[in-house]
Order: sequence, then structure tokens, then C-alpha cells
Amino acid sequence: MIKTDILIIGAGPTGLFAVFEAGLLKLKCHLIDALPQAGGQCSEIYPKKPIYDIPGFPEVLAGDLVDNLMEQIKPFQPGFTLGERADSIEKLDDGSFIVTTNKGTKHHAPIVAIAGGLGSFEPRKPQLENLSKFEDNGVAYIIRDPEIYRDKKVLIAGGGDSALDWSIFLADVASEVTLIHRRNEFRGALDSVEKVQELKDLGKINLITPAEIIELKGKEHLSSVVVQKTDSKEHIEVEVDSFIPLFGLSPKLGPIGDWGLEIEKNAIKVDNTLDYQTNIPGVYAIGDVNTYPGKLKLILCGFHEATLMCQSAYQRIFPDKKYVMKYTTVGGITGFDGSKKEAPKAVVKAIE
Amino acid sequence: MSDIKIKITDREGVTHEIDAPTDMNMNLMEVVKAYELAPEGTIGICGGMAMCASCQCYVNSNHTLPEMSDDEEAMLSEAFNVEDNSRLGCQLHISEGMDGLEVELAPEE
Repeated sequence: MIKTDILIIGAGPTGLFAVFEAGLLKLKCHLIDALPQAGGQCSEIYPKKPIYDIPGFPEVLAGDLVDNLMEQIKPFQPGFTLGERADSIEKLDDGSFIVTTNKGTKHHAPIVAIAGGLGSFEPRKPQLENLSKFEDNGVAYIIRDPEIYRDKKVLIAGGGDSALDWSIFLADVASEVTLIHRRNEFRGALDSVEKVQELKDLGKINLITPAEIIELKGKEHLSSVVVQKTDSKEHIEVEVDSFIPLFGLSPKLGPIGDWGLEIEKNAIKVDNTLDYQTNIPGVYAIGDVNTYPGKLKLILCGFHEATLMCQSAYQRIFPDKKYVMKYTTVGGITGFDGSKKEAPKAVVKAIE
Repeated sequence: MSDIKIKITDREGVTHEIDAPTDMNMNLMEVVKAYELAPEGTIGICGGMAMCASCQCYVNSNHTLPEMSDDEEAMLSEAFNVEDNSRLGCQLHISEGMDGLEVELAPEE
């Protein structure tokens, strides 16, 4: 069981900044995120896009903003449960919570802050009739262990970096790699596109474009897929052991929607007059995941919400303590790792 | 007057004739959001960067629209339910030439 003061669900910019504000109050944080890396949308969807409305940054790349936030919160040693989705919440008699992920990891904290953005990112699934029947029986959306494809016939669909990169990687592992895309053009790093071209010319990747999968066949386990060429409408049946559609990820509010929280417009209703608390005392929602009159889904608004949430969380954890807000210019930053940052002391010396 | 008329058929099949401003630097996805013709969180997920296809729509009138950028074309090539008349609403900047445009929102993925 992972124990912490504030359990943050979602490691996007808002969740990350909450670690900093909590750290100033000497509260420890742990973050859960369904993605394998921190940063949320900023890392997953648009790491190379510049953002122009972060106060004090005339221009910052989304990926760099995440790197900076990670650096900023380092002294407060946040814990991370990455690649797992927060699935269920249980309130204990003492008012604290246990949040369990889809992989069974349990987290215990007096405060839960949902900074879930648009939800957890789930693989986009092609719309094929018997797709769910073959999930884990030949169809996979994420490659966890490439070794299971050794000497197998693999078919990958998709036109982005992950489709290209896995085709290249599996060309040396699988007995047969087929790559299918709806267009002739791929959108990926130039290196990867060239490498796939090379492997295709060597006959190590069987490329079928422009085409799409229209049917899955097999008894218990997937045995072949039917591919339709877009231009000629010709059908090709490809024998496969595995079909891996790599169409990117899309966010879904997911199980959080069933936690008994008040939901409006796909977002969690919070009290914006005070502390961004939800209808469940001790559970807060900050950043893009919440809604209130006048809500704006902006990173800078998430930062503000995270800050007020931490103050309220502190009062809940220590109802008898009086906290006086200290400016970092005055108090500096004392990390849980023993590090200390503060303004250099002015030199007091007489000039003779 | 700098408003134009656009007919938008929502995902429930209901057609709305709405006024869209040409002078507010809006795109079609934002107009759909402004009129709440699709629930929040189901359209414009990426914010309008042509990086998701949640604002995909079918253009049912014969308007000449701006050409697709590489980004839009690439995104539509990975989207589902794509037809020949598919466009991403976020890439259609509201302009006077779109007066009388008729579009239909593609189903939610």
C-alpha cells in the first residue's frame, strides 16, 4: 500500500504543480497516471507545440513546460504510479481514501485531488465487428513485450510514429511484418519513414497502402484479416497471428465517472468559491477535469486551482493548525530531500 | 453584419441553422462548441490543433473550402468514419464564403 498526504490522479501540468504547492506546506504527494510518462496531454498530444499563455514564459514548448515542472517539484520527491489507471475509490471510517488502479495497486491518502484533464488516455480502437472477441486473442493495442511476437506473423495498422517504429523493430523479431495504412504518406520522423522504405525494399516489411482492415477472421484465436485496398477495392486476406492497430490514444473520463461525483458536461462539478472541492468532502478536482461557472480550460487556471486546493487540503489534514502563507522569496524552498533553496543573504558591511 | 448562416446537423440528427461570426477569428469547431451542439468533452478535444478527429464533420453543400493542410489530411487518414467529404471543423476558419454551408457532425469515436 502506497501512503501519501495528497493522492493526485493525473500527472499533467496541473497535477505536477500541485506537488510544488503541497511541498511548500510540507505535504507529500503521489501521482497516478494511465500514461507511461508524466505530462498528460502536453507530453502525449503536443510536446512540440509552443504555448504562449504561461505567465512569465513568452513562449514555451509543451514538452519543455513539463520538463520544467518536473525540475521544479523534484525537491518534494513525488511518487508516481505510471501506466495504471485509477479505477476505484473507497472511503474509510476515518475519512481517508483508498484508490486502487486497474492493476491492483492500492494508494492510501487523506486527500484525493483529481487532476485528470480530459480523462485517461485509452487506445483508439478500429470499428470492426468482432474486435472485442479477439482482444488478447491476437489483437493488442499496446506492445508490452515484443518477444511474444518472435517468429510470428504480425500485422500493424496505423500511420504515425508508433506504427512505423514498431514495424521497424518487429521486422527483426517476427517472421513476417505487414504494415497497413489508409494513405501512402506516413506522418512520422523522417528517419523512421526512410527506414521502413528500406525494409520494404529488402522485403522485410510487407507494405499495403492505401488500404484498411475490414474484417477479422478466426475461431478462438485470430487467424487472418481481410484488407481492402482503397483504390482498387481489391480484398486481400492476410494470414496473421497478431493484429496490432496503432491509431493513437484518445481521452475518456472512464471509471472516475462512477465514483459518485457530480458530473456536468463530462467534467466534475466543484466549489469554485472556495477550494475546488467536489461533492465528496476530501476529494478535489482541479484543472481541465473540473467545471464551475465561468470555467476556462487553461493550464494557468489549473495552477491557480491547484494552489487553493492545497491550502484547503492542509486545513483538512491539520484542522487545529493555523497556517500562514509564506512567499518563496521570503521562506525559500526546503525540499524533502534536504535541499534548500533561498534568496542569497544581503551582505551587511560598512564602507569605510 | 458580419454573420453568416450555417446549417449544422448534430450527432442526434437534428439540424440547427445558426449565425456564425466572421470577425471573431472562430473556426467551425468553436462555433459548434459555442452553440453547445455537441456535449463538452466530445468535440475539440485537442483544442483545435488537428491532432484529434473529434470535430470531424461531413460537408454536404458545394462550397469551395480552403484546401486541407498536411496535418488535417494526416489526421483524417487515421480517423474513423471518414468519407470523401470529411473535414476537421477546427481547420475551417469561418469566412464570408461559407455563407449557407451545410455540415453534419461525424459520429463520436
